Amino acid sequence: MDATPINAHSGTPGEPTPVNYLNVDYGLKSWLLTTDHKRIGILYLISITIFFALGGIFAALIRLELMTPEGDVVSSEMYNKLFTMHGVAMIFFFLIPSIPAVFGNFLIPMMIGARDVAFPRLNLMSWYIYSIGGVFTFAAMALGGVDTGWTFYAPYSSTYSNSNVALTAVGVFILGFSSILTGLNFIVTIHKMRAPGLTWFRLPLFVWAHYATSLIQILGTPVVAISIVLVALERLLKLGIFDPKLGGDPLLFQHLFWFYSHPAVYIMILPSMGVISEVIACFSRKRVFGYPFIAFSSLAIAVLGFLVWGHHMFTSGQSVYAGMIFSVLTMLVAIPSAVKVFNWTATLYKGSVSYQAPMLYALGFIGLFTIGGLTGLFLATLATDVHLHDTYFVVAHFHYIMVGGAIMGYMAAMHFWWPKMTGRLYPEGWAKFAALVIFVGFNLTFFPQFVLGYLGMPRRYHVYPPEFQVLNVMSTAGASILAVGYIIPFIYLLWSLKYGPLAGANPWQAKGLEWTTPSPPPPHNFERTPVVTEEAYAYASKPYPEEAEVV
Amino acid sequence: MSETHSVLAHQFDDLEQQFEASTLGMWAFLITEVLFFGGLFTGYAVYRSQYPLAFAEGSLHLDYRIGAINTAVLICSSLTMALAVRSAQLGRRRSLIGFLLLTMLLGSVFLGIKVFEYSHKYHEHLIPGINFVPPHEFIRFHVDPQQLYVFLSFYFAMTGMHALHMIIGVSVLAVLVVLAWRGRFSSEYYNPVEVAGLYWHFVDIVWIFLFPLLYLISRS
Repeated sequence: MDATPINAHSGTPGEPTPVNYLNVDYGLKSWLLTTDHKRIGILYLISITIFFALGGIFAALIRLELMTPEGDVVSSEMYNKLFTMHGVAMIFFFLIPSIPAVFGNFLIPMMIGARDVAFPRLNLMSWYIYSIGGVFTFAAMALGGVDTGWTFYAPYSSTYSNSNVALTAVGVFILGFSSILTGLNFIVTIHKMRAPGLTWFRLPLFVWAHYATSLIQILGTPVVAISIVLVALERLLKLGIFDPKLGGDPLLFQHLFWFYSHPAVYIMILPSMGVISEVIACFSRKRVFGYPFIAFSSLAIAVLGFLVWGHHMFTSGQSVYAGMIFSVLTMLVAIPSAVKVFNWTATLYKGSVSYQAPMLYALGFIGLFTIGGLTGLFLATLATDVHLHDTYFVVAHFHYIMVGGAIMGYMAAMHFWWPKMTGRLYPEGWAKFAALVIFVGFNLTFFPQFVLGYLGMPRRYHVYPPEFQVLNVMSTAGASILAVGYIIPFIYLLWSLKYGPLAGANPWQAKGLEWTTPSPPPPHNFERTPVVTEEAYAYASKPYPEEAEVV
Repeated sequence: MSETHSVLAHQFDDLEQQFEASTLGMWAFLITEVLFFGGLFTGYAVYRSQYPLAFAEGSLHLDYRIGAINTAVLICSSLTMALAVRSAQLGRRRSLIGFLLLTMLLGSVFLGIKVFEYSHKYHEHLIPGINFVPPHEFIRFHVDPQQLYVFLSFYFAMTGMHALHMIIGVSVLAVLVVLAWRGRFSSEYYNPVEVAGLYWHFVDIVWIFLFPLLYLISRS
C-alpha cells in the first residue's frame, strides 16, 4: 500500500504552497496514525480499491468459466468458492463501505461546516477494524477459500462445509463493527456538529442519504453479527441453534441473516442516491426538485427496508400469509424509490444541463436503477418469484442495482469530488469515454442474464445446457468491456495526481460548503466556521459566490 | 482555563457540544446492543414456542437461587455506578474512585458466581458440545434430550454473551479508576464516567430480562 502524500505543488514557482491535509505532514506514520477524516477517507479508498480488484478477478474467472456449457476452466468446488469470494469481497468489503467510508468520511464534515467528525479516533479505529476483518478474510481465501455462498446458509455453513467458514465469518463479524462505528459517528456528527444556520432542511441530500444509511448500519449490522456468532458457535462448539440434527431450525438463520442483509442492500444504494442528487443539481444548475420528498424518501427506504426481509424466503417454506405480507411491503419500497427517480427527472426538466463525466454516470444511474428497481417488482410478486427464484434473473436484477446503481453512483462521486480531494483535474475526454464504455459493457454483461433467468438457467452452477451458450458468451464479452471501463479511470486518475491541471476550489461552480474551501482542503477544512444563510442548491440565487475564492 | 482546553477535543466548539455528542454516541451504541441481543432473544422466543416443555424442564436444571443472588448483586452495582456518576458530577474525586471500585467489585462477584455456576453445569454434564449427556431422570417433563440441548445452547450463548459484556464493563471501569486517580475528571468534564454508566446500566438490564426468561419459566 503506497501512502506517499500526493504531490500538490502549485503551478507558480516561488509562491509557497498553501497548507492542506495532504502536505501538512509526510510519511507513513502520519497516515497510519491520522485522525483527520479526509485522510481516513483516503485510507479507505485504497483499501476498498484492493478488494474491488480482488472481487473483480473472481468475477472474471466466473465469467470465463461460463463461456462454455461444460465445466472446463475450474472444478465445481472451485466455482463454488469463486462465486462465494466474489460476493464476500464485493458486498462486505467494497459496496458496504464504498461511498460512506470514502466520500461520506471525506465530505460530511465539510458539507456541514465542521472541523472533523464527532469521534475522530473512533473513525480511525473503524478503518483498522475494517483492515483486520480484511486480513482474516484474505487469510481464509489464501488458505483455500470458502464455498457457502456469501449468504452462509446454515446448516451447510455451520456443519457440512469443509472450507474456511469460521475464518471468513470472523472476518465479516469484525468488519461489521467498522460499519456500525462509521454509522454511529455519522449520526452523532450530523446531529451535533452542523455549522450555525445549517438547519436540517438546508442540509445537502447527500447528508440526508447518509443519515438514513447510518440508521440501517447501526440497527441492522448487530443482528447479522449475532447470527454469525451463532453460526461460529455451532460450528466450533456444536451448540444447537440452526442445525436440525442438533434440534435447531435452519429457517431461523435465514430470517436473522436477511433481517440485516436486505437492509444492507439499502446501505449500498442510499449513499449513491445521495451522490446522484448532488450531481444532478450541479449539472442542471437548478435546485433539486422536491427536496423534502427526496430527503424523506431516504428515511422511508431505510424504514421499509427493515420490513421486507421475508421476500428472500418465498420458496423456503414460510407461510403463504407471511409471504403475501412481505410481497406487499416489498412493493411499497418502489414508492420512495420512484419518488427519487421522478424528482431527479423533474430537476433535469428545463435545467441548463451539461454532460460532464459525473453527470454521465448520474444519468446512467437513473436508467439502470430504474431497470433494476422494476425487475425487483417481478421478484416481489409471489407467483412470478416461484419461477424466477434462484435463476439468473435474480443475478441480473441485483447487479443492475448494485453495479448499475451503487457503483455508477460511486464513479459519479469519484469524478465529482476527485478535484476536491486531490486538487487536480482528470482528463475530461477520457473520463467521458470510460463512462460510455462502462455503460455499454455493463448492459451487455447483465441484460442477457435477465433472458437467461427467464429461460430457466439457475444461478450458482458451473455447467449449463448448450442452448444457453450464446447469451452467456454475450455476457462474458460484456464483462471484458466492463473490466476495460474500470481500468481506464484507474489509470487516468492516478495520472492526474501528478500531471492533472490544478482544479481550484470550485471547478464545477457547485453549491455546497465543501466547495467554499481550497482544494485540497486545509487540515481543519475551514479558515473560520462558516455561517449558512441559504438553502441547499441555491443555484438560482447568486450565480457563483465562491468564484472569488478560487486561487 | 488550561484544564478546560486540554479536555476539549479540537473538533468541538465547547464542552457542552462535546458532552452531548458523547452521550448521543453512547445511546446510539446501546441501540446497536439492543439489536445484538435482540437476535438472541428472537431465537429464544422461536424455540421456546416450538419446545415449551423442554424449555420448562431445562429451566428447572438451573439453580434459581444463584440467579437471584446474581440479580441482587447486579442491581446493587447499578446503584453504586449511579453514585459514581453523581460523585463525578459533583467533582468528588475520592468518592468517585471508591464507587467505581465498588462497582467493579460487584461486577467481579457476579462473574465469579457465574464461573461457579458454569463449573457446576460441567460436573452435571450439561454443557452442549463439550460434555453433554442427557440426564438420567427428568425433573418434571420427559422431553426429547435434543430439545433440552437447544435450551442449554441458548442458556450458554445468552449468559456467555452477557458475561462478555460484563468483562468489558469491568475493564472499562478499571481504566476510569486510573483516569480518576490522575485527576482527569472534574465537575465540568466527566463524560467518560457518564457514558460508561449508561453502558453498565444497559448490561444490567439485559440480565434483568435473562434471569426470568432462563431461570423462572416453570416455577409459577
